[in-house]
This record gives sequence, structure tokens and C-alpha cells, in this order.
Amino acid sequence: MTSEQALTAYILRLGDSALILGQRMLELVAAYPELEEELANANFALDYIGQARMFYTYAAEREGAGRSEDDLAYLRAEHEFRNLLLVEQPNGHFGDTIVRQVLFDAYYLLLLEALTHCSDERLAEIAARAEKEVRYHLRHSAQWLLRLGDGTEESHQKVQGSLDDLWRYTGEMFAADILDDTLRTSFDGPDLSAISSQWLTDITAIVEEATLTLPQQQPMATGGKQGRHTEHFGYLIAEMQYLPRTYPGVTW
Amino acid sequence: MVEPAVKRDEVLQWLAEVRDPEIPVVSIMELGIVRDVQCGAGVVVSLSPTYSGCPATEAIEANVIAALEDRGVADVRIKRVLSPPWTTDWISDAGREKLRKYGIAPPERGGSRQALLHGQRCVPCPRCESEDTEVVSEFGSTACKASYRCKDCLEPFEYFKCI
Repeated sequence: MTSEQALTAYILRLGDSALILGQRMLELVAAYPELEEELANANFALDYIGQARMFYTYAAEREGAGRSEDDLAYLRAEHEFRNLLLVEQPNGHFGDTIVRQVLFDAYYLLLLEALTHCSDERLAEIAARAEKEVRYHLRHSAQWLLRLGDGTEESHQKVQGSLDDLWRYTGEMFAADILDDTLRTSFDGPDLSAISSQWLTDITAIVEEATLTLPQQQPMATGGKQGRHTEHFGYLIAEMQYLPRTYPGVTW
Repeated sequence: MVEPAVKRDEVLQWLAEVRDPEIPVVSIMELGIVRDVQCGAGVVVSLSPTYSGCPATEAIEANVIAALEDRGVADVRIKRVLSPPWTTDWISDAGREKLRKYGIAPPERGGSRQALLHGQRCVPCPRCESEDTEVVSEFGSTACKASYRCKDCLEPFEYFKCI
């Protein structure tokens, strides 16, 4: 794989995580506990879908294989998606949703900040656009974690459970593979070890303020970045891809 | 050299009549999303999207094309400009005043980087100017706005938040 091909695959992977998280959040449309939060969630989901479109459009152009952003989203199979395992985890109860968002947003914000300094101009531009949005997302999810953790005994207990359950999916974010390495060496891309320690500092501050306990060190689940997903993923894309799979060539 | 089909100033005047689809009191010029206009054989209008997922982006692009085509410009092209990313700092003073009169508290300048956990600030009521207001939801209605309530006149209002 040349470094240019690695860059294309990396951009596609960014699009995958944004799309799959957006799709997960959109499952909650019309199912949120409260109207204001319903709107906030839908708006954030739209931000992620919008970001996925920018990444996919750019990846498709670089690939030059005649595929469109829609082809990339709707006509690829399970193992071709390279999103993080964390973003495909089910919405569960509200605490599960919020913990997933906090853990991802805190990482994604740092990653995007670093990508604004990468040497690929267009990727840096997309990252700069997305970074501003994700800063807001993190404020929202972090504020909810404070309320749930420092809320009632039941909310505290539940959200601590969510944190313990989802922690195993965080290691993958910082496990550099060949694409991460190529980005770093050939395109001045993110330094995942620096991001890892900053993320832990940020998450520790939020978790402690929420009167929660940081989970113990534990074995981490990996594979999403290489196309090996958790059992939840097949159901997600089956629903997401239903329409274009059932009516091939349909336009909307 | 090819004589431009239309004058740039003229195009800018037309664009000043294209309104934001969601907040129709302000034009796209006042919102600061028009980055450049190039007039040659056709017209290229460079626009900055506000939010990645803003549903108005495509509507605005279609409206710009329609506005120019209505004036007889045959070849209109839209260029999306991501960098530098749009910020509420680019909303003009006239635009801010129109937002306020419409009942939306305008964003403050230079407020795009708030603190993560404790970033609350005073937002005066656009109706009675009282500073005794409270947040209903910091993330409501559309991606670009937050919901507030005035504790003096008791009216709910929206705040165009800073990014």
C-alpha cells in the first residue's frame, strides 16, 4: 500500500466512525425521554452524518473508482467498514448512550484538533469544520455525565455500570496500525500516544467531577479498525442499508 | 479578455436578497456565509456551510442558483469553502440587529471557544433586554441555537450560539 492509498483508507475510516455513530444516534429519534434532548440528539447526529459525507466524498474522489458517497455508505459489506467498535455499541439505557458519547467525543475532539495540522490540506479543512461541532457535543455529553454520576443513587450506579461496560472499547482508539503510522510519518498526522494521555487526563477530570470511578486496567477489545466487528454491527447496517439493497439503483 | 457576463457588485446585491431558509429575516450576506464571487463567462459563488449537517446548506445553494438564473445568468456554479470554517463572528452588525428584533438573541463576538464544563454566560432577553434569563436547553431547536427563558418578561427565546 502506498502512502497515498493509506491516506484514502484512513479518510474512509474516519467517515465510517462518523456515519455509524450518526446512525446509532438517529435510532433514538422520536424515542428520547425529553423534547429538548430529542432535538439536541438529532442535531448532533446530523453533524456526524454531515461529517461522514465530507469524508466519504473526499475518499471517493481520491479512490477514483467511480463510487459515490452513497455507494460507500450503502453498498459495502460488514467487514469493509472500519469504524471503531465503541461507536457501534447499542444505545442501551440513557447512561449507556451518554458514556459512549463522552468517551468518543473526548477522543474525537483531540484527533480532529491534531488533524487540522496534517499536511493534506483538504483533510485538515474538514477536520477544522468538524472540530468546532464536536467541541459542543463533548460539552453536552460531559454535562450529562455530571448530572447522572452526581445525581441520584440509582443514576450513579447505572452510569458507573455503563462506564465499566464500555471501557473495554476505548483501547482501540489509541492502538496505532499501519494507517495511523502512515498518517503520522507521511502526512504529519496525529500522534496517538500523545492523544491517549491527553484523553485520559480529560476523561479522568470529567469522571472525577461526576463522582464516578475510573475503571481498572483491563484487556481491550479491538478489531473494528480492521473490519472485525461486535455482534451488534450486522443488525445496524442491515437496517441502514435496507432501502438501497432492496431497491437497487433507487435515488432520493 | 472575456467581458464578464455580469458585474460583481450586481451579483452581491442580488445575493443580499437571498434569505436564510430557517431564519428568513437575515440574508446570506448578513450571515457571512458568502466567501467570494467570481464573474467571468459565468458566475462562481463561494459559500461556507455553517454546520456539517445543516439541512439549510443545500437549500441555500439552490436558492443562490435560482436567484442568479432568474436574473439571466446562465452559468452559475457553487463552490463550497470549508476553510477557514464559518464562525458566528462573521454575522454582520445589521444581521445581529435583525436577529434580535426577530426574537433571537444574537451571538457574542469571539465566543467560539467556551470552557468545556463551566462555560455559561449571560444572554440578555431580545424582547425586554433583561439580563435575568435562564437556559432551558443549551442544545435545542436547530444545531445553531439554544433555548432560553426570560425570568422578567417570562417569554421563551432562542439564542444563536457562538461557534
